[in-house]
Amino acid sequence: MAETTKKRKPKPPVTESLLTSGHRACAGCGESLGAKLVIDAAGPNTIVTTCTGCLEVFSTPYPESAWRVPWIHSLFENSSAVAAGVEAGLKALGKKEGINVIAQGGDGGTADIGIGCLSGMLERNHEVLYVCYDNEAYMNTGVQRSGLTPFDTHTTTSPSGKKSFGNQHPKKPLLEIVAAHNIPYATSATVGYPADLQLKVKKALKEKGATFIHLHVPCPLGWVYNTELTIEIARLAVQTGLFPLVEFKWGKVTRVRKITRERKPVEEYLKHQGRYRHLFASEEGKKEIKKIQAIADANIEKYGLV
Amino acid sequence: MRKLIEGSMAVSESVRLCRPHVIAAYPITPQTHIVEFLSQMVADGDLKSEFINVESEFGAASVVLGASAVGARAYSATTSQGLLLMSEVIYNIAGMRLPLVITIANRSVSAPISIWNDHSDVVVLRDSGLITLFAENAQELMDIHPQAYKIAENPEVSLPVSVNMDGFILTHAFEPVEMLDQKFVDEFLPPFEPVHKLDVENPITMGLLAEPTWYMETRYKLKETMEDAIPIIENVAEEFKEKTGRWFGGLIDTYRMEDAEIAIVGMGSLIGTLKDVVDTLRAKGEKVGVLKIRSFRPFPKEKIREICSEINQLVVFDKSYSLGLGTILQEELRACFYRQKHQPLVSGFVVGLGGRDIPPQSIIDCYNETKGKEILDEFVDINEEAVGRR
Repeated sequence: MAETTKKRKPKPPVTESLLTSGHRACAGCGESLGAKLVIDAAGPNTIVTTCTGCLEVFSTPYPESAWRVPWIHSLFENSSAVAAGVEAGLKALGKKEGINVIAQGGDGGTADIGIGCLSGMLERNHEVLYVCYDNEAYMNTGVQRSGLTPFDTHTTTSPSGKKSFGNQHPKKPLLEIVAAHNIPYATSATVGYPADLQLKVKKALKEKGATFIHLHVPCPLGWVYNTELTIEIARLAVQTGLFPLVEFKWGKVTRVRKITRERKPVEEYLKHQGRYRHLFASEEGKKEIKKIQAIADANIEKYGLV
Repeated sequence: MRKLIEGSMAVSESVRLCRPHVIAAYPITPQTHIVEFLSQMVADGDLKSEFINVESEFGAASVVLGASAVGARAYSATTSQGLLLMSEVIYNIAGMRLPLVITIANRSVSAPISIWNDHSDVVVLRDSGLITLFAENAQELMDIHPQAYKIAENPEVSLPVSVNMDGFILTHAFEPVEMLDQKFVDEFLPPFEPVHKLDVENPITMGLLAEPTWYMETRYKLKETMEDAIPIIENVAEEFKEKTGRWFGGLIDTYRMEDAEIAIVGMGSLIGTLKDVVDTLRAKGEKVGVLKIRSFRPFPKEKIREICSEINQLVVFDKSYSLGLGTILQEELRACFYRQKHQPLVSGFVVGLGGRDIPPQSIIDCYNETKGKEILDEFVDINEEAVGRR
């Protein structure tokens, strides 16, 4: 590139985020966006533990790290227990005051293989915020079904086929399971509404006990949609009632995001995503969409979303 | 001060004096007394630790991992199935170079389920990077924990250390023990200064992904560290001896080996039995001594060769068996002498699996049977009729 003689003002840094740019996440990755929003809301006085998964792999390939806060990855299923150890260690050393501890994991690391450690951390009420980045399948290993994969979703281990419409089990009610531990604060959130997410992070970190955010993060690769649609799809999940935004305090629902005026049929959400393409290919498939609509309707009724 | 105490009490008292910041444990027989005593000490204010009652041994190991990563001194205790459940985390703790101490109340591994002693649990972790020390009696258990922390936290080592004690035989038996005091332990064991830690003032990333470009280098450094730990284990034991006059060995220990031609070899509480047997055999004019393996990992090959330079035969008593290979300690000792100038005969017997009693007479019978000839993989004192032995 030719050098210019013209003097320029030094550019301000591209990002002041605590999760810097240059990491290896896919274009349109909802999880990387979510992680950035979470850590920036938490601020630099934060220690982060992370499960094995996309977030760990794309942000910390040795000798590079995208994290500008102290960060540790141990195993797939233990970020909550490691965070409990971090919190206990800081307390014993008299260094906990003013330090946030955040544990992170994907849907598999949280709701499947890591649910034992998570339950222990919640039950003991460690001062840890756990953030579950839910992209609804094991994306890091190539889109395999998890306990948080929704009903009738095509994944590589719950494929649609001549005799199947994909995953035949409804999404595990993770937020309710967590809230049932009677912790100070548990909520769902989405990258579709970043300001709401960051507010919830700050709210959670004010509590002197275990807190939880179930964060919906669309994945263009696994959900098969165009990368520019991440935010729109995230919002449609909320607006259809498939991913309700609900806050719990001490096990009781205290606040929901109403969708009275923005409510949409589930087709609006499903039609953008290749993982639901099979539902639009036949008359039987269209009947399945009615079942998915029933799931959304049940959520709307249960939480009074309209 | 000398006190008559249970082995588990010797452990918990010794651990208390090491001032661990965080203790995390899950109950499993025969480890339970250790963590019960420790939690009582916390409840009484005699020990200022965060005691975390976890949901599993997997959780226990993960909690102490996290605590060590912020620079806290961390402790856990387990055995058998619990150790196997921890095993994924223990590899991880070693790979991440996080020092801590775990006491293992050695017990057999299921199936069939058995709560009684052998060494089948810890041998599973022999390739994990866990420094593995075996204690012989309650006094050694009192003395070894400050040594274990001192080894683990040495910046040249920075690895987890396990203290192994035979389940029930040592955990539940009462012995007179010379107690350590706080002043001594504080002087012997300085505060933990981690090589790296999670700190908001100096943010670092721990537990990164290593692509093929880097993974092998990390394993190489672990290999080097295990070698570097060999003199450190020895020196820490020597320093302890200078200050207390007590010696249970560094990497190894010996008993009546001065002019011995045959060495009987074992680990853990069996050493007491072997010493009695050697006294009996010596009285009959046999030139025999005891070789105690105190450090199973790192395995002190050179030290063993040196001490066995005049030995004609090793008679090894294993409390574990590698199915499809043979007795583990025996195989490793045999490998020590491969293509060396001096190659003693090596025999290997399996004893005490699942808590089977090991009478001195059985050891004497094995000794007489194998003297001058190699016997391998002999399961001692099994019910021949029940197994229909070939």
